[in-house]
Amino acid sequence: MIKIVKRDQPSKAIFFFTPVLAIFLTLIAGGIIFYILGFKPFEALKFFFIVPIADKYGFSELLLKATPLCLIAIGLSFCFKSNNWNIGAEGQLTFGAIVSGGVALLFYDQEGFYILPIVILAGAIGGIIYASIPAILKTYFNTNEILVSLMLVYVSKLILDYLVVGPWSNPEGFNFPETRQFSDSARLPLLFEGLRIHAGIFLALAAVIISWFVFYKTYLGFQMKVSGFSLKTAKYAGYKGKKMIILVFLISGACAGLAGVGEITGPIGQLHREVSPDYGFTAIIVAFLGRLHPVGIIFASLVVAITYLGAETAQIFMQIPKYTGQVFQGMILFFLLASDYLLFFKFKFIGSKK
Amino acid sequence: MIVDINFVGLIIASIMASAVPLILASCGELITERSGVLNLGVEGMMIIGAISGFALMTVTGSLIIAVFGAMLAGVLISTIFAFLTQTLITNHVATGLALTIFGIGISAMIGKNFVGIPGKEFPVLFEGLKDTIPLLSPILFGHSIVFYFAFTLPFMTSYFLKKTKIGLIVRAVGDSPESASNQGINVRLVRYACILYGGAMCGLAGAYLSMIYTPQWIENMTGGRGWIALALVVFSTWNPIKILIGAMIFGGLTIIQFHMQAIGVRIPVQFLTALPYIVTIIVLVVISRDSRKIRLSTPSSLGKSFHKDN
Repeated sequence: MIKIVKRDQPSKAIFFFTPVLAIFLTLIAGGIIFYILGFKPFEALKFFFIVPIADKYGFSELLLKATPLCLIAIGLSFCFKSNNWNIGAEGQLTFGAIVSGGVALLFYDQEGFYILPIVILAGAIGGIIYASIPAILKTYFNTNEILVSLMLVYVSKLILDYLVVGPWSNPEGFNFPETRQFSDSARLPLLFEGLRIHAGIFLALAAVIISWFVFYKTYLGFQMKVSGFSLKTAKYAGYKGKKMIILVFLISGACAGLAGVGEITGPIGQLHREVSPDYGFTAIIVAFLGRLHPVGIIFASLVVAITYLGAETAQIFMQIPKYTGQVFQGMILFFLLASDYLLFFKFKFIGSKK
Repeated sequence: MIVDINFVGLIIASIMASAVPLILASCGELITERSGVLNLGVEGMMIIGAISGFALMTVTGSLIIAVFGAMLAGVLISTIFAFLTQTLITNHVATGLALTIFGIGISAMIGKNFVGIPGKEFPVLFEGLKDTIPLLSPILFGHSIVFYFAFTLPFMTSYFLKKTKIGLIVRAVGDSPESASNQGINVRLVRYACILYGGAMCGLAGAYLSMIYTPQWIENMTGGRGWIALALVVFSTWNPIKILIGAMIFGGLTIIQFHMQAIGVRIPVQFLTALPYIVTIIVLVVISRDSRKIRLSTPSSLGKSFHKDN
């Protein structure tokens, strides 16, 4: 007989084991879905998870997709750790891209070393401005941050659409919904000839290191952790709750804004309608899969980035619809949350009574 | 200037038609939330309902199978949410987000084969009475059965919560799961039922979009309506009758876009499209500012997991 018993304390080993279990279960469920769709499961999974990263170019693409995911997820981990549900990173990314893109367009016919830093800074500021809206409304008007940050995603995409179709569209562009190309000085340098991976990856790595330091070595990190466990305790301890809420929102906004800069000054090189394939939403999954731990997030961003590449490869080679990527992402989160059950409960085998 | 009174009636009717999916989804979510469960998967459940309804209609040719199938699909997908949050005690917010991401992905995957297929005509009721009463006729007559159902649903929901025993149990579970449990109520079972009911209503809301409102399948066709429905529940302060008012305001904002463009008002189309989202934020701010009122009307255990130690 099996009995379910509550653990006295959440198991630490299982805390880092369940993400692996979740990925494994997702692969099995994915195989079943492929089988139902009429594909050979192992072949489909191979095209989905191995073929896309089998060569140098594929690996560069993996890092290219993992960079924004990692950057945004690091920012979100500040929010999630302290119980703030910022789910509008996609909007903060888009607004960061809009502001930095606008600045880059000012310099479209100029070259100079100072241009790129200004553009990057503008992106971070754009993300910060946009994240400050749900933060301020939450702290001073008691408004639900989930709904506000999400509504702002739709608004940001419409602002971008308006700009690239209207006032910012390329005057020589035959009315295509896109801006001029940025000048070379406003582009992030490529790391290797012929590969698309760019210097934005260093921004992500810097964010990883800084966040690790803040989480585990500073008073702020400690305050965030306490507030995450119990808002009441944080209140009794006398933490300035409002200030912290605003701060974590601004940090995650800055990270999302930087991810936006990375996209438009990296692989894209101009503004158009689709600056992000929902990186802002997918990064929520990355943050959870990485257990809100900076190192965990690096691994998680690589795993989830494969779902983007795999979806593209599987579409080209096997005509598997590209949305399978999203299905996989949803499943990873489901399985991760489900396997968290093992954190708090254990199965006890008891000899059957006669 | 003479305004054709029937034209006014037609505009009101079109506002009501666009309010239907919001009313259905909000009333479903309201019951779920009243039992203490916050399901952020409304958008995902709606889009699943939309593709299921459209696909079943195309494949089977039966509108009845399609409508009930869409509701069943909503129930099935919300079962995942119910199992995770109630049996495995997962976080409501994260699970709801997963449900939305998963739902959008699955719907696009299934919907791939249904893009560009024309929909079917959905039968309307009381069509013969359409020209009888000025102003009121277009509002009252000539709509689908789902339309009439949606406009009675808030009243039925209100009656259910206030006057029936089961409604009382749902509220008790939402306001104090501990005492409800001590009274011998199976909290988990009640919450399961409320989540599945919410799924059914969201499925129906989606089916209305793909089968009646704009009879075709377009990827992502819910376009954030699920999130607006969630906001409407807060707006209503968990009172079903106020959902009706809120849904009419948002329906009005949607319809006004078309008419402003038709009249030739020089406002960028993107601004008009963004209006419902911006108004949602403003309304939320106005409603939530009074934190005492919100605290009094929010189901006390909303979003909190309940686990009875064995």
